Amino acid sequence: MAIDSITGTRIRDRRVDQGLKQADLAKQVGISAPYLNLIEHNKRRIAGKLLTDIANVLSVSPEQLSQGATPAVLDQLRSAAAALSIQVELARTEDLAVRFPGWSGLVVAQAQQLAALQDRVRVLTDRITYDPELAGSLHQVITAVTSVRSAASILVGGEQIDADWQARFHRNIYDDSVRLAASSEALIRYLDTPDVSGSQHQTAPVDEVETALAAIDYHVTALEGTGRVDIARLAGSFAPLGGTALHLMTRFLQSYQADAKAMPADRFGVAAKAAGYDPVALSREFGVRVDAVLRRLSSLPGAAGHPLMGLAVADASGAMLFRKPVNGFAPPRAGAGCPLWPLFTAFGRPDQPIRAEVALSDTAGQRFLCYAIATPVGAAGFDAPPVLHATMLVISDPPEGSAAPIRAGVSCRICPRQTCAARREPSAMQ
Amino acid sequence: MAKRVLLIEDEPNIIEAISFILSRDGWTVHTHEDGTTAMAKVLALPPDLIILDVMLPGRSGFDILRDLRATPQTAKTPVMMLTARGQARDRDLAQRLGANEFITKPFSNADVRDHVRALIGE
Repeated sequence: MAIDSITGTRIRDRRVDQGLKQADLAKQVGISAPYLNLIEHNKRRIAGKLLTDIANVLSVSPEQLSQGATPAVLDQLRSAAAALSIQVELARTEDLAVRFPGWSGLVVAQAQQLAALQDRVRVLTDRITYDPELAGSLHQVITAVTSVRSAASILVGGEQIDADWQARFHRNIYDDSVRLAASSEALIRYLDTPDVSGSQHQTAPVDEVETALAAIDYHVTALEGTGRVDIARLAGSFAPLGGTALHLMTRFLQSYQADAKAMPADRFGVAAKAAGYDPVALSREFGVRVDAVLRRLSSLPGAAGHPLMGLAVADASGAMLFRKPVNGFAPPRAGAGCPLWPLFTAFGRPDQPIRAEVALSDTAGQRFLCYAIATPVGAAGFDAPPVLHATMLVISDPPEGSAAPIRAGVSCRICPRQTCAARREPSAMQ
Repeated sequence: MAKRVLLIEDEPNIIEAISFILSRDGWTVHTHEDGTTAMAKVLALPPDLIILDVMLPGRSGFDILRDLRATPQTAKTPVMMLTARGQARDRDLAQRLGANEFITKPFSNADVRDHVRALIGE
């Protein structure tokens, strides 16, 4: 039904809601009741002064009667319904938005709040359930407590102990208490995060690297030229990275430098646009591996007119080695992600590029075009277990494809799809 | 001759405490800190009882236990697992792999002493 063809219906609904008789409204705007009846049944078009007069009597704007709800509000309402896979009267969405703008706003606000909470649950689940840093800290605390308990029990056991042994156990208890204090402080610092949704306190090295790279949109200008660059010095410039984070940053920059050298910025950006961001075509054109092209594409700056592109690199255990999140795509960094993503299915077809469209099941079907490939790492050797890394490029909101997209989630804990063959555990969102 | 206990554990202060209490109880205690070379140490000794930590550098205690049970010379050697992870699944895994006892950190000295006596005492 065309938008302006139900103006009459909106007038009637508003009038009835307000308990106003047709004859009374007609009289107030200076027309006959039968004529208003024709308008209300969409048999007469209405505009101009008469529409304004009726709107004034009904205490709404003329646009609310003639245009209904804005497309943005309608999209948000439909998204809210789709997010929880609940059957609603989708055909009457506009009706809802026009007749009950306040309630519609509440539905939209709640859907947005739910999405924010889903994101918070994902981050917290990631931190508490799967984070090796937390497991390591707890292990250190328990080990130190065991040692203190054991040594203290010996000293207070009532049996005669040689003076040298006594001194040794006293020293051990002191050393362990110092270690315990340090481990406990680290644990408290880790858990005492005031805000996990935004500018959170970073503790994991991979988080620190991700934050530093996000600040430059994952585009390292210093490595895009032809001059020599001291990688160690460049990595050190990302203060205050240190230790493992500095090592991870150095490794990222080395890989970036090699990719930039093989695919120079001045040619690559133009070639990528010309090829429609097809990684295989670019691989042939530049004579490089597909996974290198995927990394290089993800470094293209959005400001230069390229689409928003994210990246994920994982090993066969599911651990995330690198990720560049993009609009709605933020896989858990410590495993337990959704195995339906091409990033993981690529492990079943090593060295074979995969192109697939994915729609998120928990954010109203947001779509991504994904290119993925699993490639061997390390030197080849007979009878060695294969070590593969999978790399996946994610292009946000691509033009709609002809094939049905793969319905995937972020992780089982926050995915509303109950009937999924890949489900590992119940959803926390039900 | 006192029976030999091999303690495979990488935490120096825990090694010292357990060695002390078991030595005082009459056992001959040998220690080893590395998971990768633990099997070689076992075969060279060989011990009457192995106290085996789960989280070791190089190889996990579970992997070592699997090898112990698959090796004829050590298939029946009593093994007591030590771990900081007291979850049910770890206990189940240790039992399935053939551990004789399983105690979790933080344990008491009496627990260790009692289990050792139960496993290899006269």
